[in-house]
Amino acid sequence: MGRCSWRTRRVITPALLLYAALVLAACGGSGQSAGGPVKLQFWAYNEPSGAFRSAAEQCTKDSGGKYRISFQPLANDADTQRQSLVRRLAARDSSIDIMSMDVVWTAEFAEAGWVAQFPDAIAKQIKDESLAGPYDTATYQHKLFAAPANSNTQLLWYRKSLVKGAPPKTWDELIDTASKMKKAGRIEIQGAAYEGMTVWFNALVASAGGQILKGPQKADPGPAWTKAANIIAKLANSQAADPSLSSQKEDQNRIAFESGDAAFQINYPFIYPSGADVSKKFQDDIGWAPYPAVEKGKPVEPPIGGFNFGVGAYSKHKDEAFAAAQCLRNEKNQKVAASDGGLPPTIAKVYEDQKFRKDYPFADLIKKQIEQGGVRPETPAYADLSLAIATTLSPPGRVKGQEALQELKNKISKALKSEGLL
Amino acid sequence: MSRAEKKPLSERAKAERKLGWMLCAPAAIVMLLVTAYPIGNAIWLSLQKSDLRFPDQSEFIGLSNYVTVLSSHLWWRDVLNTVILTLASVSIELVLGMLLALAMHRAIFGRGLIRTSALIPYGIVTVVAAFAWRLAFAKAEGGFMPGLLSSLGIIGDQTDPLAQTSTVSTFIVAILAEVWKTTPFMALLLLAGLSLVSDELHEAAKIDGATAWQRFWRITIPLMKPAILVALLFRTLDAFRIFDTVYILSNSGGNRSIETVSVLGYNTLLSRLNLGLGSAVSVLIFFSVVLIAAGFVKLLGTNLDQQTGSS
Repeated sequence: MGRCSWRTRRVITPALLLYAALVLAACGGSGQSAGGPVKLQFWAYNEPSGAFRSAAEQCTKDSGGKYRISFQPLANDADTQRQSLVRRLAARDSSIDIMSMDVVWTAEFAEAGWVAQFPDAIAKQIKDESLAGPYDTATYQHKLFAAPANSNTQLLWYRKSLVKGAPPKTWDELIDTASKMKKAGRIEIQGAAYEGMTVWFNALVASAGGQILKGPQKADPGPAWTKAANIIAKLANSQAADPSLSSQKEDQNRIAFESGDAAFQINYPFIYPSGADVSKKFQDDIGWAPYPAVEKGKPVEPPIGGFNFGVGAYSKHKDEAFAAAQCLRNEKNQKVAASDGGLPPTIAKVYEDQKFRKDYPFADLIKKQIEQGGVRPETPAYADLSLAIATTLSPPGRVKGQEALQELKNKISKALKSEGLL
Repeated sequence: MSRAEKKPLSERAKAERKLGWMLCAPAAIVMLLVTAYPIGNAIWLSLQKSDLRFPDQSEFIGLSNYVTVLSSHLWWRDVLNTVILTLASVSIELVLGMLLALAMHRAIFGRGLIRTSALIPYGIVTVVAAFAWRLAFAKAEGGFMPGLLSSLGIIGDQTDPLAQTSTVSTFIVAILAEVWKTTPFMALLLLAGLSLVSDELHEAAKIDGATAWQRFWRITIPLMKPAILVALLFRTLDAFRIFDTVYILSNSGGNRSIETVSVLGYNTLLSRLNLGLGSAVSVLIFFSVVLIAAGFVKLLGTNLDQQTGSS
């Protein structure tokens, strides 16, 4: 600094001070002031009814000043939510204290060391009050890596005024019934090249008595794959297919169903509370039935979805985060998520609640389906696996029979080794 | 004409050249730091088996990521998609941009207003613009265009122009969205070129009896050639790396019929976290862009040489 003139120094010193102030302010944002509540960042699906956000506010109040949860909304579809999270987790971002994880991410996140394992005491409490199916989705190699927040399953929804008699029980019946209808004879289902396509295929394969993987690393092709691909092709090439099928996701299905184009829809229960926004009359016209079977008499293994709340492995406040994660999914918050957002609870006791059963008239069917659901394959390479399945099968009807079997087998084997472009 | 015939430099010219280098140095060093390192790192990663989820399994595998990409049907399909989008949108933009530039150049009053209003689409964030196009054209999202087009008999009343099965119409919408968005940019660059053409030449030609058409092709276009090439260079490079428009129109990648190389790279890097394969895709895109740029620069160079040689 010896050669610095007086003038230069007069400029540099304030500049340095300003810079230091900015740096300190930035650090202060993510840390905590001494004595005050710890700030926990909760990265979650921006659930349309606002249930997750209000749970965060509720838990902040209930903590009695121990922590303050700040809600960081993620995108609407699961693929985009995952991208936002993994990008940060891979860079060891300590600002992720709590995150909502789709049930299929557990293996990947745990294997990569991005989520913290729950302490035994909390894990035991969670296990005791949760339904077995959703609890399993939060474990990897028998260890608990997230708190099951809500489960999910798809039902066959239909318009009571349009469908005469009992709703169809199998896929064949469903497609035939819809194709013969004069008006609104469409089945709304997810057909774009994304996770939803994998969900559909997995449920069909499981209901046909097969499975996609044998263990975490090996494809398990068989007649169930062929049957599943044939049902997808049959629907796609029938009168009952929506012209937009190949680009539809859950929300586009809901819109088509609400606009009166379709009498049937295979979707999650969020469509029911959202039906009330159309009109009470419309909501009353919505009927529900179990997820269709592949063959008459064979047990159905409907899709199982939902969210679990994990604690970031790089979080600086893990103890508070575990407590907060447990609070975010407690009985009270699950009831709100169910009645406002249609999200099925994971705590068994909630299903007995009278008020809940009134808001959620299909509670028993949902609970039964969650208990018998076909869990999606558990593998750290799940994202690759899912992409391989979705891009082979979408646009729906692109492949069927033996051809589908061969193409899927090749792509899945490569994907599991994280080889090849998908 | 060629550089070898030039006279040796004088002392003064040498000193000036040295000063020039020194003045450029800070900028050049910063550029090297912020571009050379990431490029070098991407090339290094592309030679490895590297997956963020399995950090222990990283190893050097030479060119095998490139073999995987270049032997993949998917890569070539996406290259074809990208080339179609680039050629179609850039050529339409050139024609429309030229018309717009001529209109702006010739406008006597309201010149500022025309220029500003023409620039509005370019000022809109690409993602927002793409959403506007998607919400207008996607039948699945209640867009108004499918109904309008089918009532005019252009498409069937059951068609969704943005479904994965209607490839042609998806491409048309994507090209229209690109053209709508970036024609103003093209027009501005061409307008700058137009102002280089002196009015005297036009007047002289007029006296000699040349028609407007002849004057445009024989005077305006040849004199504007460098400006046209620069405009084409910028737009081709941009169009080849197209991401936002395609990503949004395809419902976040759910419609694969229009996937471009950038979307493929994004999926491999950010969805699959496969840094090795993804970097190989990125490096290949980078080299394609370098090739395109080199081609244009060469054309531009000969063009300038011809002009300076003849003057």
